[in-house]
Amino acid sequence: MKCSEFLHELTNYLDGVIDEHTKVELENHLSWCHNCYVVCDTTKKTIEIYRDSQLYELPEDLRTRLRSAIMTKCQQHRKRGPESV
Amino acid sequence: METIQNKLEGPVTDELTLVRAAKQGDDSAFEELVRRYDRNVFRIAQHITQNREDAEDVVQEAFLKAYGNLQKFQEQSKFYTWLVRIAVNEALMKLRRKKPERTVSLDEDIKTEDDSLPREIADWSPNPEQQYTQAELREILSKTIQGLPPGFRTVFVLRDVEGLSTEETAAALELSVPAVKSRLLRARLQLRERLGRYFQKRESGDGNQ
Repeated sequence: MKCSEFLHELTNYLDGVIDEHTKVELENHLSWCHNCYVVCDTTKKTIEIYRDSQLYELPEDLRTRLRSAIMTKCQQHRKRGPESV
Repeated sequence: METIQNKLEGPVTDELTLVRAAKQGDDSAFEELVRRYDRNVFRIAQHITQNREDAEDVVQEAFLKAYGNLQKFQEQSKFYTWLVRIAVNEALMKLRRKKPERTVSLDEDIKTEDDSLPREIADWSPNPEQQYTQAELREILSKTIQGLPPGFRTVFVLRDVEGLSTEETAAALELSVPAVKSRLLRARLQLRERLGRYFQKRESGDGNQ
């Protein structure tokens, strides 16, 4: 497997949707190609860091305010009829 | 009208049960759907619009649109996927209004395969995120993802942050599965490379400790 082929399969590999044969070839490539090993490892870390980041959490007070505004508008919409959205 | 309020207090009420109750006019069921997905819609909206007030508007508009069009929801996909599709469209519309000089589309041309080889292969320090405070880290992550084209960051957020499957992401964005995979790979590699500026292993003891 060449580095470009490894890269082509990287997303499937990280997502665990890769056939066994390709996985063996890919892991064999990773065992000797340091660059691809680093790319694979740091890409995995990138995903984990974003997943765990709690970026853009909705604060509880804003959440309550938004929900209340949404439900009020929904009720107004119901009174006005279905053409009003 | 009979509500399903009592059932809502259980740990998990099936999404479809809520949707059907809401279709029958049970607003408490719709409110539970809002409660269930408002955080996700807000995150997705802020990732796309990069603006908190716009994200708040998108949350309201997306749920209101979902409410108004509930009878048209055919139940062939998950309600959440349908809602995400509405929210993404609302968010992209906001972005287009703000940046009319630049077309904002999910179908942006992607470059040829040849440029996808990462240029920088420097390794990161172990647990690189621990070099920074939570606030610093959020700033870095936010700044970094803002640098991606909207089409890339939307795919990344839906797949890797919100955990939608490739097929659900494709359905929500009206893209093909190969297009989602291609954008996801590019988004992941670009983010990795950009984060490397902050997380790279340092040669000597000059880390951010």
